[in-house]
Amino acid sequence: MSLRAHVVVQRGSLAVDVEFAVADGEVLAVLGPNGAGKSTLLRVLAGLLPPDVGQVVVDGEQTWDSAERHVPAHQRSLGMVFQDHLLFPHLSVTENVAFGLRSRGARRAAARAAAAPWLERVGLTGLGDRRPGELSGGQAQRAALARALVGDPRVLLLDEPLSALDARTRLTVRAELHRHLADYAGSAVLVTHDPIDAMALADRVVVVEDGRVVQAGTPAEVARRPRTDYVARLVGLVLLPGTGSGQQVALDGGGAVAVAEDAAGPVFVAVRPESVALYLERPAGSPRNVWPARLVAATPHGSVVRCDLAGEVPLTADVTATSFAELGLAPGAAVWASVKASEVAVYTR
Amino acid sequence: MPAPLLVPALLAVAFLVLPLLGLVIRAPWSQIGPQLARPGVGEALRLSLVSATLATLISLVLGVPLAWVLARSRIRGRSVLRALVTVPLVLPPVVGGVALFLVIGRTGILGGPLYAHLGVTVPFTTTAVVIAETFVAMPFLVISVEGALRAADARFEDAAATLGADRWTTFRRVTLPLVAPGIAAGAVLCWARALGEFGATITFAGNFPGRTQTMPLAVYLALQRDPEAAIVLSLVLLAVSLATLLLLRDRWLGRGVAA
Repeated sequence: MSLRAHVVVQRGSLAVDVEFAVADGEVLAVLGPNGAGKSTLLRVLAGLLPPDVGQVVVDGEQTWDSAERHVPAHQRSLGMVFQDHLLFPHLSVTENVAFGLRSRGARRAAARAAAAPWLERVGLTGLGDRRPGELSGGQAQRAALARALVGDPRVLLLDEPLSALDARTRLTVRAELHRHLADYAGSAVLVTHDPIDAMALADRVVVVEDGRVVQAGTPAEVARRPRTDYVARLVGLVLLPGTGSGQQVALDGGGAVAVAEDAAGPVFVAVRPESVALYLERPAGSPRNVWPARLVAATPHGSVVRCDLAGEVPLTADVTATSFAELGLAPGAAVWASVKASEVAVYTR
Repeated sequence: MPAPLLVPALLAVAFLVLPLLGLVIRAPWSQIGPQLARPGVGEALRLSLVSATLATLISLVLGVPLAWVLARSRIRGRSVLRALVTVPLVLPPVVGGVALFLVIGRTGILGGPLYAHLGVTVPFTTTAVVIAETFVAMPFLVISVEGALRAADARFEDAAATLGADRWTTFRRVTLPLVAPGIAAGAVLCWARALGEFGATITFAGNFPGRTQTMPLAVYLALQRDPEAAIVLSLVLLAVSLATLLLLRDRWLGRGVAA
């Protein structure tokens, strides 16, 4: 059960042109900011929106979309989970889960009987007679997952399935979703703007910005070596494009960074904010990367203070709340920023 | 509350409620029994209820699909269609009656062939009453159901489609239950409008006791001969309208608003 898709569709001013493939049992995360065209992509895969150009092929033989063909949503073997669950408010939980079987021709009793084990699998045993309005957010999203999976669809589409949940529920539902996705034999496509969802649930990630794929790879690759500012910010890195020569990278924005390994040609330099140290005086000693900078903004971030710096090299530094206080820093303050060359990641653009 | 809003609001309430109070105060309560027992009153009431109910049923069967087309389909000229459909809302009912006459009258565009081939005449029959009431009242239903459809989240229909439901199944099993409160509200409006229909009915169906004389026509006629009878008949109509409104509000509308 594989899914191969090349989707070209124009939505207002956004031109979406995305190509990818998902293997059997694989979970692909489509990661990108709001308005990048992720949901449009998913609607095309679901058959709710015909693409302008493109192909959606399942199992290498069933064409869902092509120049000649558009299979409407209700004739596709798919399940879809929406951000705000969209359980039918006038039906009980069991009837919601049984809905797909009923509309595909099962008798009422048979459909209800088939829904019961799914309710058990998602941990909703005994809640089948409730209305969706009587469920908590997490329970509703579990029911929505059962409803999507009940007919063993070839393709499972998940549209921001966790983003409507509160932080604590999201943790548990994410873990459960991970388990269900591992058991799922078809191809799953997860759309999210949350890198943690993508990292935790997906086997592969494509990053979509402005309707285009800007990066693809395993979650670890994407997290370690982001290729756009958006991903870099999501995974908490500062990304500096430049040109390498030896152990020196001349940044496109001016300035230079010393790195620990040889670099040549166009490269990215990625700096972790926690590896950036701040000083009031120019530090004496060995560090090769020392820049004067000005503190423009400081925001508390858990136990650290995230300091945005302006200067020749724009950096972000995480300093502990204690050292922030000891340094007596305030926005506008002049500081020295330093990073060890060995703490800087460098990879080709 | 600011006075520029409060004072006009109170005036509006008085304006709307005082006439009804007047009706109740001036009612010849002792005469109600005998007046109601008079021949023709029961007939007119029954005819009114039956024809208004039939008009509402026809409006439901035809008007709900029309509302769906207006709210959900992407056919061209939808706004023109909506304008055409709602013309009877603003059209003086008498004009509607004349128009119906020209189309379904014995020499009308449709009525001519109907009479020539089948010997059927529509005007001045109970059928004409129902047609006149439907013509005037159906737009009320269409407008409120269309509003309910627009307010309902169309993504539920997307969800149904991803679960294998075609558009007809989706309409029956998802859309219709979701907008049921709106349909009920529309049906009540439609029924009330049909019950009170006067102009189109008297123009197109005439004023024949037992056949086309509905309550509003009976009230009008009685007012000229026997004002006391007119008041009693008006009270009955008021009571029927209020009872329907209260009943339906508790049964459907109230729950619909809460859900």
